[in-house]
Amino acid sequence: MAALTAPSTERHHGSPGTAANGHLASRDVKDSELVARLQAGDESAFVELVTLYQGRLVRLAQTVVGSRAVAEEVTQDTWLAVMRGVERFEGRSSFQTWLFRILMNRARSAIGREQRAGRPHDTVDRFDASGAWATPPVPWSDQVDDRMVADDLAARVQALLPQLPEHQRQVVVLRDVDGVSAEDVASLLGISDGNQRVLLHRGRAKLRALLTTELGGTR
Amino acid sequence: MIRFLRRRRRALVCRQAVELMTAYLDGALDARDRERLEGHLADCPHCSEYLAQIRITVDALGHVGPEELSEDAIDDLVHLYREWRAG
Repeated sequence: MAALTAPSTERHHGSPGTAANGHLASRDVKDSELVARLQAGDESAFVELVTLYQGRLVRLAQTVVGSRAVAEEVTQDTWLAVMRGVERFEGRSSFQTWLFRILMNRARSAIGREQRAGRPHDTVDRFDASGAWATPPVPWSDQVDDRMVADDLAARVQALLPQLPEHQRQVVVLRDVDGVSAEDVASLLGISDGNQRVLLHRGRAKLRALLTTELGGTR
Repeated sequence: MIRFLRRRRRALVCRQAVELMTAYLDGALDARDRERLEGHLADCPHCSEYLAQIRITVDALGHVGPEELSEDAIDDLVHLYREWRAG
């Protein structure tokens, strides 16, 4: 049964010990090469880094600042900071972590306030007094194959992401879309490891519920 | 009997099983909690289905592509880079 396979997600970037690490490691190597070329003043390396990261930066900034226009300004500021700071970048963290940290700092400055505490989650209580399911999940997992995940469900969850509360969305985007480690996400957002996991849990739970509604509606 | 009661006391209810799933997928549960969760999943089709749906949701998120980039956005940034290089 799928539920009893090893406790890791079958994805291209996931928890430690999965094949995902190979993918991440190769990206880190590529990033290191690009950074070295950028430090040497190679414009084409800058273009490659922009092409690799601009979309992800705008999306992440938008989870903090809300507006797309402000997110693009924040992202531009971030690239300026990269140009100015890349000579001093020593690779103690991955380039991606360094870049995301700059972006988050600028995004927070742009909204001019510290992050608020996480909001209470709004999922319906689906368990009875004994803790058993009162409303069991409507089954649909056996109708989904890999191709449907890549072709259809990815677009659907992308469209559903804006419905998550801000902090859940940030954690879900960083962890599950961008493949940033739990430790780095906690550090980037200035929250505890436990808190990032709670936000991830709630965000995934809400997306699962929203997907169920969508899939139920089409069956 | 005592062993039975102990086992009962340690058994998870569905609410607790669901609460452990994110840590489970992160490989962050200790061996005891992992065994309790896997024991519960083996007996509970609803929680197994829930976990399968969470896995699919996470998998789908991993396939979300980057935002579309306009040529203009890249050109603007390259322009910025050249200006900066020129001092």
